[in-house]
Amino acid sequence: MPYAEITSDPLDPALLLARVGSPEDGAVLLFLGTVRNHADGRSVSGMEYEGYREMALGVLRRIAEEAAERFSTPNLAVTHRLGALEIGEVSVVVAVSSPHRAEAYGASRYVMEEIKRRLPVWKKEFYVEGAPEWVRGTVPPADGSPAPDAGAGDP
Amino acid sequence: MRVQARFFAAYRELTGASHTEVDLPQGATVADLIDTLRARGPAFSALPPKPAVAVNLEYAPADTGLHDGDEVAFIPPVAGG
Repeated sequence: MPYAEITSDPLDPALLLARVGSPEDGAVLLFLGTVRNHADGRSVSGMEYEGYREMALGVLRRIAEEAAERFSTPNLAVTHRLGALEIGEVSVVVAVSSPHRAEAYGASRYVMEEIKRRLPVWKKEFYVEGAPEWVRGTVPPADGSPAPDAGAGDP
Repeated sequence: MRVQARFFAAYRELTGASHTEVDLPQGATVADLIDTLRARGPAFSALPPKPAVAVNLEYAPADTGLHDGDEVAFIPPVAGG
C-alpha cells in the first residue's frame, strides 16, 4: 500500500526510505525537492507553502495509488511539507522501491509530475530584494483526472 | 440553499477573505456561484470568471450542481513540489 502525508513538520527522508524496500526489490529510489536560492534571475531568501490541507491529502493519496498501479510499485511513500521553509530545506520526498530500476524511476517521476499538475498547494517566494510573489502555477484539470500519458516514456 | 466558499493563496489575497457563505437558489451550479460572488463587489469581481474549483474536496467542472452545505473551494493555479 502506498503511503502519503501532508505535514507542517520538517521532513526526514530516512523515515520515508524506511517505508519502502523489500527482499523482492533490487532498486530503491529517493527523490527530494528542496528550496533553491534563485528564480528567474532573482535571489530568493525563502518560501512559504500554503495548502488546502484536507483536499491535498486526498489528492496526494490518489497520485501515490495511481503511480503504484501504473508502475506496479506498491512500495511507495510520498510526503509534502507546508509552512515557511528556508533555502535548502526539503519540501517534498518521494521514496519508491521496485524489482528493477525502470519502474522506480517511472513511479517517482509520475508522482512529481502529478503533484505539479494537480496538488492544491501554492508557494509564495520571498526575495532578497522586493516584495514576495506567488509562484506562477499550473491550472489543474477541471475534473482532477491524471494526464493520459503521464509518466510514459520516462526512464 | 447555502454553500461555503473558500479561497486560497492568491485568491484569498484578492478577495480579502478565506471563506464566505453564499445563498443560492435550488438547482444552482458552480458557474452560478462564481457569477453570484463576482457580482458582490470589487473584491470578489477580481476573481477570474472561470477559476478551477473543488466541491467537497474534489475538483469539479463549472456545470456541477450544488447542494445545501457544500464546501466550494476556489483553486488558483497550483505550484506544489
